[in-house]
Amino acid sequence: MRVLVCVKRVPAPGAKINVTADGQDVDTAHLGFAMSPHEECAVEEAVQIAERFEGDATVLTLGAPEAEEQLRYAASLGVQNAVLLSTDGTPWDPQRTARAIAAAITSLEADGGPFDLILFGNESADSGGYQVGIRVAHALGRPIVNAIKGIEPDIDGGLATAKREIDGGFELYSLPMPAVMGVKEGLNLPRYPTMRGRLASKKMDVTVMEAEGEAGGQGRVTLKQPPATESNMVKLGDGPEAAPAIVDLFEELGLL
Amino acid sequence: MADILILAETEGDDIVDATLEALTAARSLDGDLHVLLCGDAVDEDAAAEKLGAYGADTVHVAEHDLLNVFGTEAWGQALALAIEELTPDVVVASGTSKGNEILAIAAARLDLPFVANCISLPSELADDTDVELTRVQWGGSLLEDATLSSDTRIVSVGHHAVEAESADGPAADVQTMPVEIDELYARTQVVGREMAEAGVTLATAPIVFGGGRAVGSVEAFAPLEECAELMGGRVGCSRAVTNNGWRPHRDQVGQTGTRIAPELYVASGISGAIQHWVGAMASKKILAINTDAEANMVVKADYFVEGDLHTVIPAVAEEIKRRKS
Ligand SMILES: Cc1cc2nc3c(=O)[nH]c(=O)nc-3n(C[C@H](O)[C@H](O)[C@H](O)COP(=O)(O)OP(=O)(O)OC[C@H]3O[C@@H](n4cnc5c(N)ncnc54)[C@H](O)[C@@H]3O)c2cc1C
Ligand SMILES: Nc1ncnc2c1ncn2[C@@H]1O[C@H](COP(=O)(O)O)[C@@H](O)[C@H]1O
Repeated sequence: MRVLVCVKRVPAPGAKINVTADGQDVDTAHLGFAMSPHEECAVEEAVQIAERFEGDATVLTLGAPEAEEQLRYAASLGVQNAVLLSTDGTPWDPQRTARAIAAAITSLEADGGPFDLILFGNESADSGGYQVGIRVAHALGRPIVNAIKGIEPDIDGGLATAKREIDGGFELYSLPMPAVMGVKEGLNLPRYPTMRGRLASKKMDVTVMEAEGEAGGQGRVTLKQPPATESNMVKLGDGPEAAPAIVDLFEELGLL
Repeated sequence: MADILILAETEGDDIVDATLEALTAARSLDGDLHVLLCGDAVDEDAAAEKLGAYGADTVHVAEHDLLNVFGTEAWGQALALAIEELTPDVVVASGTSKGNEILAIAAARLDLPFVANCISLPSELADDTDVELTRVQWGGSLLEDATLSSDTRIVSVGHHAVEAESADGPAADVQTMPVEIDELYARTQVVGREMAEAGVTLATAPIVFGGGRAVGSVEAFAPLEECAELMGGRVGCSRAVTNNGWRPHRDQVGQTGTRIAPELYVASGISGAIQHWVGAMASKKILAINTDAEANMVVKADYFVEGDLHTVIPAVAEEIKRRKS
């Protein structure tokens, strides 16, 4: 069982996300970097599946050379192989990103055989385009379902059962492998890196490839703050004595 | 005049409210509004009436056995075929999980760009092949002005970004559209469902009682549960809570959790980090209960009670019971 996970390096913002003066990017002067919570769960799932079925897990990212940090983080959680599709770090549109990732997967599979499962985050934390995984799946001719919060591979049957979260429950799918899924936080509780994992991750070889993809039809003009929500906050009271005022509010709003 | 194609999303035998938001947004464009309805789960006449009321001119019913149960690839192929047949200038869906997914699949098949989660649809979208759109980034914490260059412009409108408003229009015309769907795509059809107990969900509850890190334990959520139960609402929580394993992730409100839009969100012991706020901001009213009058949640709320949630919430539960009896 071979599993591939695609993750994106994004700033780890604080209470507010600031934009650079030219409006082209998030101001990362005082920020660390991470991957999206969805993708952390994808990494955890890949590691668990590789452990259970005696397979291996590979992590891939497209971005600036610094994205190696996220690859090593994934390695510290138990991923064995890592691939960096190197760019100059400028934001790539979703079509271009998907073209480059699909091409890279094709060449990785030509050498090492097919990945039974390819996991993406449901959406990236920053740009949230909701499409890179879908475009890659289409390019590879593989089934894809998004919003997955449960995966159960059946190796002998060549199927992977997937649970998609919908309002009030789950829909079930049964995808023939090789398959692609976009997963959501809640799929599992990701582990923390161990000291041993961290040491191992430092030694891991990262395969570096030049990212190549033709630009698509979406571009960035500028990033900006959403309009400030004006607040006319009314203080109802202090402590438990405010309970009657709170329940008055429930009645006023027709909720009780 | 431009042609606009709107994807209808269905749940059971009805069209979801989010589709009416997308239709409402599409009315700001000068063009004929066509709606694509997949499969036979929804009654055509009922759909024509409901969609017509919100401004649809024509409902195209895509017919194929594989469309009668939801399937990502089958629906995506149906939309791609409808785009080829109707050659719309603009294709719109609500930016729900399935709305974005089906648009992305169709866009991938046709090798067209797709811009997700726009906050509105500017009128130029109908007739310019190069347009600028404002869309959400970071789940709504930031906005991006993005360019879209394409003869066919595929976009989604952020869920809850536009309020659905009826135009009191007449029933739409119904046209059937037989489509060829590759049998291969049975592979991504829904094969079953696991539904939680019936009743309101976090996304639809009229009142949500949210608890954050300050709640402190699994057990300490009991008074919030009691309030929610007494009022027909649901308990929500922050990521700090799910990370601690105190609540399941389906209760999480925020960027990587659920977007809620209740009449009232009661946020107790939640600081209101931007990633939580974006999941709560569509609430009609917000009441923050917090020991810190400067907390982001408090500053942005409509109402505030300063105090320890561990004494305030039980007192609220008692007061509700007193008034109910
Ligand atoms: C990409 C990304 C996605 C994310 N997605 C989400 C998401 O979907 N949902 C989400 O919630 N977070 C999300 N986060 C995490 C988010 O940034 C915050 O870390 C999280 O929301 C904090 O949770 P909290 O408010 O419960 O905890 P804290 O920030 O620790 O706040 C606790 C609050 O409780 C108050 N308090 C303390 N004691 C009491 C008391 N006795 N009574 C009343 N009040 C008290 C404090 O004043 C404080 O305001 C995301 C982060 C990232 C980077
Ligand atoms: N630059 C990237 N490198 C690797 N994976 C990516 C990249 N961009 C997006 N992805 C993957 O595609 C998913 C969806 O991204 P998006 O279409 O931007 O919402 C993300 O959660 C990642 O798993």
